[in-house]
Amino acid sequence: MVSGGLAASAASGTALGWNIGADIRQLLALHFMVNAFRAGTIVAVVAGAIGWFMVLRRQSFAGHTLAVVSFPGASGAILLGISATAGYFAASIAAALVIAGVPRSPGGRSYSSESAVIGTVQAFALACGALFVSLYGGFLNSLTSLLFGTFLGISDGQVTTLLIAAAAALAALAGIARPLFFATVDPDVARARGVPERLVSTVFLLLLGCAAAEVSQITGALLVFALLVMPAAAAQQLTARPALSFVITIALGLAIAWLGLAVAYFSVYPVGFYVTTFGFTAYVASAIIRAAAGRLARSRGLRQAVPA
Amino acid sequence: MTILTGIAHMLQHPFLRYAFLAGTAIAIASGLAGYFVVLRSQVFSGDALSHVAFTGALAGLAAGISLLVGLYTACIVVALALAALGARGRADDTAIGSVFAWILGLGALFLTIYTSSSSGVDATSGVNVLFGSIFGLSGSQAMTDALIALGVAVAVVAIGRPMLFASIDEAVASARRVPVRLLGFVFLGLVGVTAAAATQAVGALLLLGLLATPAGAAQRLTTRPFRAMWLSAGIAVVAMWGGLIIAYAAPQLPPSFGILAVATSCYLLAFAATAGHRRPAQRATAPYRATAQAEVPR
Repeated sequence: MVSGGLAASAASGTALGWNIGADIRQLLALHFMVNAFRAGTIVAVVAGAIGWFMVLRRQSFAGHTLAVVSFPGASGAILLGISATAGYFAASIAAALVIAGVPRSPGGRSYSSESAVIGTVQAFALACGALFVSLYGGFLNSLTSLLFGTFLGISDGQVTTLLIAAAAALAALAGIARPLFFATVDPDVARARGVPERLVSTVFLLLLGCAAAEVSQITGALLVFALLVMPAAAAQQLTARPALSFVITIALGLAIAWLGLAVAYFSVYPVGFYVTTFGFTAYVASAIIRAAAGRLARSRGLRQAVPA
Repeated sequence: MTILTGIAHMLQHPFLRYAFLAGTAIAIASGLAGYFVVLRSQVFSGDALSHVAFTGALAGLAAGISLLVGLYTACIVVALALAALGARGRADDTAIGSVFAWILGLGALFLTIYTSSSSGVDATSGVNVLFGSIFGLSGSQAMTDALIALGVAVAVVAIGRPMLFASIDEAVASARRVPVRLLGFVFLGLVGVTAAAATQAVGALLLLGLLATPAGAAQRLTTRPFRAMWLSAGIAVVAMWGGLIIAYAAPQLPPSFGILAVATSCYLLAFAATAGHRRPAQRATAPYRATAQAEVPR
């Protein structure tokens, strides 16, 4: 260590120095931190890939609801004494089926009734979560970590489960990626070409539920958006080319997750706060870059247009 | 007569009287405002406001001012910001989502600051903001909430007709000199106040249920706009009373759960009752338009 604790955090007894190598070694010396980084990496990749399609399809509200639903899932599972991971996945996938089952018609009008359904599902799910928590009896710390995330105490078994679920979700996404992209960008032409739009969007909602369940185990049920929406939203502002923005999304997601975990380790404040803050910074920065690039292109276009 | 004596017995507790007083007014305001929230497809904005309510209340607590000041300020300011965002083209749900996820992250920060810095205070405030504490209202608080909520209800009814016109057909409404933009601001401001008041009753996380669920049920049951609006308020009041009675009868159930459970049951009943009919949402369009144009004075 080159220098002593600059920003020593009293709670965890760790010290942040100027030597980045030593800091990283200190970070990875503890097994639970290694597991946190493994889980964060898996989650960031899945959330980036599925979130990219979600932002393209404008299904943020559905994604948020699926994430929120994992809270009663986890608290119910704890109440019943089974594993919280099973609760996360079961609840999110069940809610995805409910939302997919709502009949919808083409045209804007039906959206209002659909969003009322989603809102109802979300509020009722949260009410059930409140019920389970109060039935279980006072465990305030556990409640905050369910809602706002924790990186402590991720077991090897949980990492394996996350990895298997992530691999399955990514494989399924790869399977439907082309028709899904087609149906998202131009639903009318896709339908005319015989793309099974209904099936594709149902499968996608299930994948979204799966991703939301994975992410909420790290960021907490309320802050899933940080990894699901923000990287994709930032990347889609930076470039219109699908493949490039997909790659940027995943890179941004990884950066946000790793930075968030590392900073949270050296501080007393919750990991969810850092992850959302870094995600939001990326989003705002990309919006500024886009605006600046647009202005530059316009002024260049003007200069070229004047002599002609 | 056992039911009547039961009710009389229940209302002997002052905290239940306060809960019924504030709850009824908040339910009416949420039901009325919620009808337009659903009609204008602004449920996601309502969702965002509910998260803002949490952060605002905790910011007020963490700064040591007061929960109520933070709550109302945050809700109204963000509601107006959302209205401004919506006026500049359609409010992008990705932008709303990114902003409110960050605001919620800030809420988590304020929660930590508040619970770790002040050791003497009760740490349950954060939970109360999230999930509501309608049984914890004092007499004066309940009176204030009831008056604010009734004010919102009156204001929503007062702007009801032009709002309906502007929501159904914005272009024609603005051609007929309805101040569409101003109405959008006023309405979201009112929703912000409703959200702040409802946060104390059902909590920041559940207020979406009070806004969207009764309105969604009412829209399934009738296609006539003003009937749907009052029906939505009625369902909200039924949900509130039902929830409070359930929570009184079974003390291990939190009141917020009772309220949301009754509201969701109402929605499911409405869904079941209209499942046989042909899509009311689509049939609704034509009569809506006709009534809206006929009813708005030139």
